[in-house]
Amino acid sequence: MSKSANDYTTANPALVEISHLVKHFELGRGQRVHAVDDVSLSIYPNEVVGLVGESGSGKSTLGKTVVGLHDKTAGQVTFNGTQLPARYGGDDFRAMASKMQMIFQDPYSSLNPRMTVGEIVSEGLRLRQDLTPAVVQEKVAHWLRLVGLSPDHQSRYPHEFSGGQRQRIGIARALILEPEFVVCDEPISALDVSVQAQVVNLLGDLTKELGLTLLFIAHDLSMVRYISDRMAVMYLGCLVEVGTSAQVFFDPKHPYTETLIASNPEADPEHERQRPSTTIQGEIPSPINVPAGCRFANRCPKAMSHCSTQTPLLKPIAGEGDQRLVACHLYT
Amino acid sequence: MTHSTDNSAGSTVGAPITGEQPTPRQPLLRVDDLHVDFQTYGGVVQAVRGVSFEVAAGQTLAIVGESGCGKSVTVQSLMGLIPMPPGRIHKGTATLRGHDILASKFVGGQDIRGREISMIFQDPMTSLNPTMTIGRQIAETLEVHRGYSQSQAFNRAVELLEMSKIPEAAKRAKQYPFEFSGGMLQRAMIAMAIACEPAILVADEPTTALDVTIQAQILDLLGDLQQETGMAIILITHDLGVVARMADDVMVMYAGEVVERGSVDDIFYRSGHPYTQGLRLAMPSNKRAEDGGAEQTLLAIDGSPPDLFNPPTGCAYHPRCPHAMNVCAQQAPAQYGLGSTSASNQGLSHQAACWLHHELCAAQKDQP
Repeated sequence: MSKSANDYTTANPALVEISHLVKHFELGRGQRVHAVDDVSLSIYPNEVVGLVGESGSGKSTLGKTVVGLHDKTAGQVTFNGTQLPARYGGDDFRAMASKMQMIFQDPYSSLNPRMTVGEIVSEGLRLRQDLTPAVVQEKVAHWLRLVGLSPDHQSRYPHEFSGGQRQRIGIARALILEPEFVVCDEPISALDVSVQAQVVNLLGDLTKELGLTLLFIAHDLSMVRYISDRMAVMYLGCLVEVGTSAQVFFDPKHPYTETLIASNPEADPEHERQRPSTTIQGEIPSPINVPAGCRFANRCPKAMSHCSTQTPLLKPIAGEGDQRLVACHLYT
Repeated sequence: MTHSTDNSAGSTVGAPITGEQPTPRQPLLRVDDLHVDFQTYGGVVQAVRGVSFEVAAGQTLAIVGESGCGKSVTVQSLMGLIPMPPGRIHKGTATLRGHDILASKFVGGQDIRGREISMIFQDPMTSLNPTMTIGRQIAETLEVHRGYSQSQAFNRAVELLEMSKIPEAAKRAKQYPFEFSGGMLQRAMIAMAIACEPAILVADEPTTALDVTIQAQILDLLGDLQQETGMAIILITHDLGVVARMADDVMVMYAGEVVERGSVDDIFYRSGHPYTQGLRLAMPSNKRAEDGGAEQTLLAIDGSPPDLFNPPTGCAYHPRCPHAMNVCAQQAPAQYGLGSTSASNQGLSHQAACWLHHELCAAQKDQP
């Protein structure tokens, strides 16, 4: 997707404003999973924000909490200036469904096997009482064509489709209500390389045509850099770095981002031969017992003594504008 | 890790080159025209259709392809892991050091599996026995193949865990799989696989279930162990980044057939098959604009992989191929040699199965 064609600007008011969002899961016996801890992020109209991080970093939980699939433990999310409820009821879902939608990771388990494709795609339109069955039928056919399927596929069941085709059905289902904001939770991870490109290009085209705003969650750094205007990096429930995709990918500031990008194998043997060995030791700690101070301190090659006691805040880097944020004591 | 194109850790590449003839590598494993199919209620699935390759000691061969292309079935049939029936190896040979491993997995009463060839799997969580400690599981291999006593085997297991860079190996050996994280389990799997110092390690998508920083650790570990032991690695993956990082030779499979093979540089820089080129263009390249990289649009390969109940006639890729000609739908192309220009003449010779390399086609390209 060509980035210059997206005329988003961070000067506009944010479409989705996430502020100090917290999501903890109680495990009983006083234990809790700190899945999302104090995350603030502004998403502006018509931009694609990529969210990357390792498994267990809380990126999917963040996405689901933003669209209301999880209750919020603390903090708030505003959409177009309106504050969204901490806990969604049926009415809230009905009200928000035509504004925010979600595309899920697994195209196999996210479609009801007992419903036909027509039923799956048209389900959201039940909210629109004013539509006659003929109009619904027409809309479903239109959307199936838009995502590259045939209107004849309506009467078939999900098992008759390949992974890439199912993901297209998931996209049609999410977009038929013409939402403004869509959370894509690893929409391409389960697909083969050649099919990933098909789905990414489709999402890119639709985003441009419909003026969508996306929160694109994935762990494939190259793909996220390709599709996103801005990128946010998450580690153990916290955002550690935010910037434009080029800034974050080519000029990472946080030691964790540096490691993540250095670990990403490039499809270029010459490049790989010249790669310095940059692996870090250790693994992401348990989100149940989060370390004090900076959560990356125990694995960080640049850790200083106060890193394990003081928590760094996500702050603008001096001289790089107010949209280039990093949470690291090296920059304070 | 250090890349190992010039890795001479094997015993086979040390011979001096005499005259103009490059010394051919002594292949450790040679597979010729392997055909595997499965008899199912729906019909016969032709999973592997004429696969040939060879692997030399100390080298890494990557087998690349999308799901269902037959890459896992190829190695599983070599390991005797295909359930028969419904599976059937109906044609082909595979020789390991001159011994036909398709006919018998036993040499001198010893199973070659675990001893000569061992395997690590994609999902370490489900490939280990949850009711045995990690140390016991590794020790078992040594008791069976090497006749070690229980305590000897356990001590060796701890050493192997240390070689796989598991911290506090003695303590970890007494723990059960559920106490390990995904990355640590894959290290334990590797320790188990190298327990009997196999000549060949087959790694079937070893890092697909892991995060990128853990993937880098595991790939480094595999590279280090290969340097230390001189074993050959057959790496099955769909990730071209992992291929670029690890492989000496690459074999690209599509619909049960080898569409292209050659050294890693041949495949990435001088690719001769539209499918290989399509795979490369379907991935974003991360070159900065100032390093000559342009923000290209991803070129998706249209359509989806073929149905192996009924593979297309001719070249299996022709329904998706942007260069398809009439002949492609009629007749399967032969393997055309593309003359490896890589410095080392050790690797697989560069071949592609595509009509574009037929002399008539090549001649036409020169005309205006």
